Amino acid sequence: MIKYISKRIVFSIITIFVVATITFFLMNMVPGGPFLSEKAISPTAQAALEAKYGLDKPLFNQYLTYITDIMHGDFGDSLKQRGRSVNSIIATKFPVSAKVGGIAILISLLIGIPLGSIAAINRGKPVDSAISVIATGGIAIPSFVICTVLMYFVGVHLKLLPTFGLTSWKHYIMPVISLSLYPTSYIMRLMRSSMLDVLGQDYIRTAKSKGLSKFVSVFKHALRNAILPVITYMGPMTVYTITGSFIVEKIFTIPGLGGDFIGAIGSRDYTLIMGTTIFLAALIVIMNMFVDIIYKFVDPRIKLK
Amino acid sequence: MNKNLQSLENNWNQDDFIPATNEEKESLVIMRESVGFWRDGFRRLRKNKVAMISLIVIILIMIISFIVPAFYPYSYKTQLRGSENLKPMTYSEDEQASIDSGESVFPHILGTDKLGRDYAIRIMMGSRISLLVGLIATAIILVIGSTYGAIAGYFGGRIDMILMRIVDVIYTVPDILLIVLLSFALKSPLNNLAKLPAFMWIQTVGVNLISIFIVFALLYWVSMARMVRSQVLMLKESEYVTAARALGASSARIIKKHLLTNCIGTLIVTTTLQIPSSIFTESFLSFLGLGVAVPLPSLGSLASEAINGMNTYPYLLFAPSILISLIILSFNLLGDGLRDAFDPKLKN
Repeated sequence: MIKYISKRIVFSIITIFVVATITFFLMNMVPGGPFLSEKAISPTAQAALEAKYGLDKPLFNQYLTYITDIMHGDFGDSLKQRGRSVNSIIATKFPVSAKVGGIAILISLLIGIPLGSIAAINRGKPVDSAISVIATGGIAIPSFVICTVLMYFVGVHLKLLPTFGLTSWKHYIMPVISLSLYPTSYIMRLMRSSMLDVLGQDYIRTAKSKGLSKFVSVFKHALRNAILPVITYMGPMTVYTITGSFIVEKIFTIPGLGGDFIGAIGSRDYTLIMGTTIFLAALIVIMNMFVDIIYKFVDPRIKLK
Repeated sequence: MNKNLQSLENNWNQDDFIPATNEEKESLVIMRESVGFWRDGFRRLRKNKVAMISLIVIILIMIISFIVPAFYPYSYKTQLRGSENLKPMTYSEDEQASIDSGESVFPHILGTDKLGRDYAIRIMMGSRISLLVGLIATAIILVIGSTYGAIAGYFGGRIDMILMRIVDVIYTVPDILLIVLLSFALKSPLNNLAKLPAFMWIQTVGVNLISIFIVFALLYWVSMARMVRSQVLMLKESEYVTAARALGASSARIIKKHLLTNCIGTLIVTTTLQIPSSIFTESFLSFLGLGVAVPLPSLGSLASEAINGMNTYPYLLFAPSILISLIILSFNLLGDGLRDAFDPKLKN
């Protein structure tokens, strides 16, 4: 187990390193530099700025400095938001995104798992078909569609909920629904099929023939086993929530990291782009690592390699 | 004369020895006609109503987006003066005047946008772009993924180990982040390239679209590769592979003729389900303004442009939104149907 975990950790570090390297060199392919768009800047001022941010050194040196800084947890200063370090931007903006995303993930699990199980238990009945229709529809609707449709009908037309900002609990409802629709539908489908699989197993028949109630056999024996595929989906779900937040935060004007990332791309804020990319990538990689480790831990049938 | 009961001699007459007609022969055949892989699959697919309806919807959308624009009286980039922001089925003053004078003017079925472009044709072109991106990206993924997976699975051992570690790394790299970065970074190199006469086409397609394809080619094939590899690992132990090898077939031939053709079921299903996810990604990026170049529309960018005028012109937003959802839904349902028909083992 320890061997597996350490292997997994080393692997994750390599992946993060690869992402950091790719990000660095991609950003350096962008010509023009970050200070070109500013008007009336003298060559000396430009040189001074470049010297300040170390942009005058050879590429490889810049790369080395950058990697060393990252290893110390320092993403440098934002080029456009003067006087703010990327670290502080991430520190203030990420909690906002994490809150919305975390609630969305929680909601998807809380709705998806029970509904998927209910569909499997009532296989072939109207409940099952209804849940399947919802799940199939939910997977097909892109997040920007659900965002804008919600915004139009609930926000603008009926004026039930506020359409921008994030100050009261009401502000959370629409972004969370938009973010959790896809994962909820996906978990419903996943849960339904794995529950069906488990319900056909011998140990469930044994449980039933022992005289256990349907409730106990489903919740104590079947659910535990059927939930395993959902654990593996946690990794992709994090990715979806992070990328989905770009759109949701843009549409609902939420002051989160996703909206900032899109903004940084527009304003060519290199250090912020790199910092955010590496931060989010690290988050995803670490999440995947934990999911893998948890998965091996809860399912002893999987051989440790 | 006593009749010997054991002798059958007397019971026969001439008629019994007439050759049987073809009809009589056929009535005795109990074997049904042998059904090949494709016919068997399609027979099952035809019974699946949902999948057939989705197929019809997809064909309809394809006709609308690929054939109808050729006959449509408006063009997606012509800006009609004086007919900005028309509501559906209404006419501008000029057009109304020519109608009154007896000319026939084709109606703006979905109105026009703020630059006076007919919206119906923009929607058609938008879904054409979305479908094309989905199909081309999926073709790239299919070719790279299946080749890579087949090579890893077939050769096994150290080659498999190295190839699959690479896949593992790529699998964990967050793809959307990289697409965003790449489309940003490739912009100017591709723009420079587009200035060369041989690469003029880049300009019309749009630099962003090319970088989307590049990212698909670099990153998105991994799940296809994993799928094909696991199939090939199983198939390569079959007798026909051993037989082919004994007859001196090269590895390339075995992979091409025997292994990949035998995973065709998996390939069809994975490919069909990949199309909607490619369309999904494209619409996502176009929505963020990282997709196709103006004036080419895509369903994502059309929806994105329509957000600001959502209160006054909601149909500009809903038309592309509904269409993209419909396209993705139909492909998903068709993919599910194909999976049931061609690859029953995959069915949960």
